[in-house]
Amino acid sequence: MPKLLKDQQISNDDFQILKRDRAEPILPEGNVLLHVSSINQAIKANGLHNGQVGIWFDSGDEPETVANTLNQFEIIAVNFPGFMDGRGYSLARLLRERFDYRGDIRAVGDILVDQLYYLKRCGFSSFRLREDQHPDYALAALTTFTSDYQTAADKTLPVYRLRHQF
Amino acid sequence: MYKYDDYDQQIVDERVLQFKDQTRRFLAGELPEDEFLPLRLQNGLYVQRFAPMLRIAIPYGMLSSQQMRKLASIARRFDKGYVHFTTRQNLQLNWPRLEEVPKILEELATVQMHAIQTSGNCIRNTTTDQFAGVAYDEIVDPRPWCEIIRQWSTFHPEFAYLPRKFKIAVCGSEQDRAATQVHDIGIHAFLNQNGDVRFKILAGGGLGRTPMVGSVIKPSLEPEHLLSYLDAVLRVYNRYGRRDNKYKARIKILVKALTTEVFSEKVEKEWSHLKDTQARLPQQEIDRVQSFFTEPDYEALTNIDFTDLALSAEPDFQLWLRRNVHPHKKPGYSAVTLTLKATADAPGDASAEQLEAISDLADRFSFGELRVSHEQNLIFSDVPQRQLHELWLRLKPLKLATPNHGLLTDMICCPGGDFCALANARSIPLAEMIQRRFDDIDFLHDIGELDLNISGCMNACAHHHVGHIGILGVDRKGEEYYQVQVGGASGHDASLGKILGPSFKMDEVPDVIDKILNTYVELRTPEERFVDTCRRVGVQPFKEKVYAKAA
Repeated sequence: MPKLLKDQQISNDDFQILKRDRAEPILPEGNVLLHVSSINQAIKANGLHNGQVGIWFDSGDEPETVANTLNQFEIIAVNFPGFMDGRGYSLARLLRERFDYRGDIRAVGDILVDQLYYLKRCGFSSFRLREDQHPDYALAALTTFTSDYQTAADKTLPVYRLRHQF
Repeated sequence: MYKYDDYDQQIVDERVLQFKDQTRRFLAGELPEDEFLPLRLQNGLYVQRFAPMLRIAIPYGMLSSQQMRKLASIARRFDKGYVHFTTRQNLQLNWPRLEEVPKILEELATVQMHAIQTSGNCIRNTTTDQFAGVAYDEIVDPRPWCEIIRQWSTFHPEFAYLPRKFKIAVCGSEQDRAATQVHDIGIHAFLNQNGDVRFKILAGGGLGRTPMVGSVIKPSLEPEHLLSYLDAVLRVYNRYGRRDNKYKARIKILVKALTTEVFSEKVEKEWSHLKDTQARLPQQEIDRVQSFFTEPDYEALTNIDFTDLALSAEPDFQLWLRRNVHPHKKPGYSAVTLTLKATADAPGDASAEQLEAISDLADRFSFGELRVSHEQNLIFSDVPQRQLHELWLRLKPLKLATPNHGLLTDMICCPGGDFCALANARSIPLAEMIQRRFDDIDFLHDIGELDLNISGCMNACAHHHVGHIGILGVDRKGEEYYQVQVGGASGHDASLGKILGPSFKMDEVPDVIDKILNTYVELRTPEERFVDTCRRVGVQPFKEKVYAKAA
């Protein structure tokens, strides 16, 4: 099972990520993530299913169209098809800052140690690590920098405000 | 110039530790090459033809003499004793060892320098006018804004994996000496009717395979919104820029595909959500950064008549005064260009000894500060005119007084096939061939202002599209050939050059240039610079002359 980094802890990620355009009407047992194109099915199943139900976005998906429904879910995942595809960073900031999503935002896909710090700053709260990633390095990566030059979804004060103690 | 506070220093120190660990994991085989690649690139580290190449950031081209001495010592200790200044006001070491790069970064951090984001698909070093702060035609000093952008872009978490690299240039004077129209974002600082600073924002300019001049997406922006507006532009680009084809991934392709109107509407919409958040820049921070760019302790001097100055000295000195000494906003002061273009040295190269001598001269003649220009030259920005002759006498034995600034032999030239793994052809030997052929300084002065730019491939590091004469190295069945274009320009009246026709072998190029220059001499009116004549007569007369069959 993939390793999950969440709340400074390493555990197993037991969510099943269901393929987009999945035809079966019945969800598999346990915690599941449905692609955003099946959001209606996810809304219906939410609460009735014998596990948690969340949705996932691929890097090029647009959250704008489903913005009102997001807070019904306790978890939303954003997929990184490759770690060089940086669209997921903007997507997470939109979820957190524009659409005020308060649940868990999980980074899934090609999630590597060296991008974790940026992912965290963009609003991701849990990370499904690629299998070969070292959990200790991953934990350490979250505290690479003590302060930051920009405002982002993590709401830390940027240096240009810290300097003047706003 | 800007000085780090504890926040800045800590961020740079923590970066050194981060990269040290990444390098260790790579060398231990824990980090595969394709995953280390973007990490090392975002630290300016390329693996090149013969050795790694490390690109060190010189933010908006400003250096202190102390930093310059450190660079000289690094060049000696970790490289072959010389450095190369680039067209983005940065510096490159051509022979460092990968294992030693963390140590080099540690050394750089002791003088408030780094190699952050000098490569990779992220926001690169912000560039500006090499005469910023002293230019006679300056309206707004661009340097504080460059520093504010430098900090904002450093480790921006959302924009570290853009579709492609991203370059920002800022200018604040009437003449655009920062080539802002050919940048991903160009920022023109100006004063509105009330005398308040505003920014005009351009987007979608760029060179490379598909050269384009940028277009205005925001005619007037308040300074407090600068960062949120940049965030909005970058977010639209990050989300919608093409990622399927590296050659169509720059923002210029997106702006063109959407049209300027649609692109700026999208940005405007995004910005409406961002502008009144924490991203709003506090006035206290603007004031703080501006306080680092105050005037040095200028003496109260008056301007000296250069004709008198010239008459009392050597003829070479007159030429140098005319070409390499520039007007200054303060009476009695001048800015001076040290061209790194002596024949037989690769354009932009300087030895450790030269760097140290330059540092001493900067302390003595120019308040201990230096500038790097995108033309790969160095600038002393504040030299008292009464010391010009003394400075010239000291520069001459260092081979730093070549009176060719802005002339044919002051060419912009990329490292080319001698060093760069991307190049199709060599550029340094061609530059030298041209310098040797056109070594008559009187002829060069008669030809006058002429930008000659040589790129070894279509990535256009030497900006050949905007050279008055641009040369591009191409590969024809494994052989080096050179395509020649004329009529480009990079200033406020930026234009892209037009290709003359089929390409030439290296040893034919000096003759081709000779024919181009002769055509100009025949056709010019007394007031016209080379590029003016090109614009008036078009490419045809040059083409006819260059490709004419021998009679």
